[in-house]
Amino acid sequence: MYSKKVMEHFSNPHNVGVIENPDGVGEVGNPVCGDMMKITIKVKDNRIEDIKFQTLGCGAAIATSSMITEMAKGKTLEEGLKITRDSVAQSLDGLPPAKMHCSNLAADGLHKAIEDYYARQGKKGPA
Amino acid sequence: MENLIYLDHAATTPVHPKVRQAMTIYFTDYYGNPETLYSAGIVAREAIEDARGKVAALINCDPSEIVFTSGGTESDNWALKGTAFAHQKKGNHIIVSQIEHHAILEPCHFLEKHGFEVTYLPVDSGGLVNPDDVKKAITPKTILVSIMHANNEVGVIEPIEEIGKITKAANVSFHVDAVQTVGNYPVDVKRLGCDMLSASAHKLYGPKGVGFLYIRKGLRIEPLLHGGGQEGKKRGSTHNVAGIVGLGKACEIAMTEMPPAMESESVLRDKLIKGVLERIPITRLNGHPTRRLPNNVNMCVEKIEGEAMLLCLDMNRICCSSGSACTTGSLEPSHVLLALGIPVEIAHGSIRFTLGRTTSEEQINYVLDVFPGIVERLRRMSPIK
Repeated sequence: MYSKKVMEHFSNPHNVGVIENPDGVGEVGNPVCGDMMKITIKVKDNRIEDIKFQTLGCGAAIATSSMITEMAKGKTLEEGLKITRDSVAQSLDGLPPAKMHCSNLAADGLHKAIEDYYARQGKKGPA
Repeated sequence: MENLIYLDHAATTPVHPKVRQAMTIYFTDYYGNPETLYSAGIVAREAIEDARGKVAALINCDPSEIVFTSGGTESDNWALKGTAFAHQKKGNHIIVSQIEHHAILEPCHFLEKHGFEVTYLPVDSGGLVNPDDVKKAITPKTILVSIMHANNEVGVIEPIEEIGKITKAANVSFHVDAVQTVGNYPVDVKRLGCDMLSASAHKLYGPKGVGFLYIRKGLRIEPLLHGGGQEGKKRGSTHNVAGIVGLGKACEIAMTEMPPAMESESVLRDKLIKGVLERIPITRLNGHPTRRLPNNVNMCVEKIEGEAMLLCLDMNRICCSSGSACTTGSLEPSHVLLALGIPVEIAHGSIRFTLGRTTSEEQINYVLDVFPGIVERLRRMSPIK
């Protein structure tokens, strides 16, 4: 039911962990709905220099988390905000329809981490 | 499927080689329609009656009380809708438990849309229905009580005999969904005191797509499938001859293979439960600790999601199942685990291993070797510590 790419990312997820002293933190989901995700980022010169994730959830939740760290690494914050749930799913060669909503939280997590970075800088959003 | 460690026998079982062998000739040589008068049809008809006798022998009833169906779901649907339509002048009330299979609950939801009222009885933390609750729920309008013999998810064995006495005294029909027990755990319709009983061949090492409904002599229910006059006009549809032969053979084999299987399965079940509890922190057994099927292990591994565990176990060639939201196909985890009072966030981490006649100690040892590592890896990945 999952694409080969989803299974690759699920079996060998990239960038698992937490960045110490992060510049931004994004947490989404909750244990009651079964999926929970924490994304930490390090920002340098308006670019996402490093990004790590921790996820409790199903195969899709873990694979989308891993994929978004690959997609966001090295990107500017503005580019990071443009990554959507759909583009994450596309990069994984698609997700089963039931997973598009409940387990596709990674883009939300990344956006929250970037917003958290802006808040810490005293900014509302991209200049 | 070499080296596969198949621990999902509650979902389906492999077809027994002797069952497959018995079926083959009804595809190749004796393909005649059993309703016909020529010899090719007569051979098929005799094979069906032979199978009916074998099914009846396994559950201790008269062969005339067995009607062949397409499986457990049809049998359950028929018992509920057939009783509802036959007895709607007497009443419109049906009693079931909250942990019934969807093949019972969905027909109930359908009947509710058509003027019937359904009481969904709660269960205790082990999954047991309280017979007193059944007694209290019966009203003059009650026409049917339907309680499963053993639950498919947590394996709890319900107090069917006690409930049977209550329904008999109240003159209310009693249906038992025995899909998990027939061929795997003793079923005697006389002892259980039921009026109807459902079973499916593929849960007892028979083929998929065939099952039966036991209907006690003298009980009247409306047909579900109106058509030709097959099965004494109770169920239209040309007989699935090879399937029925396979079901009969599977029942015959169960007479000898079930008792030793129950023995070996329960030993391995207890070893697996004990091993998981010892080797993996914060785990719990779901369902009654002793009143459970000999082959059922259902546990919650906290702070983990079930589907992720299944995928990792599958990578190690271990097949099992989960009651997490992702595997129930909805946003909610299993209705059975929730009815047992298990908190939602813990129910997401449920895992079910169901053993079979050929499950070996080596296989259980292998599961106990690889499972702790899988849990540890997933827990390391989790933001909840």
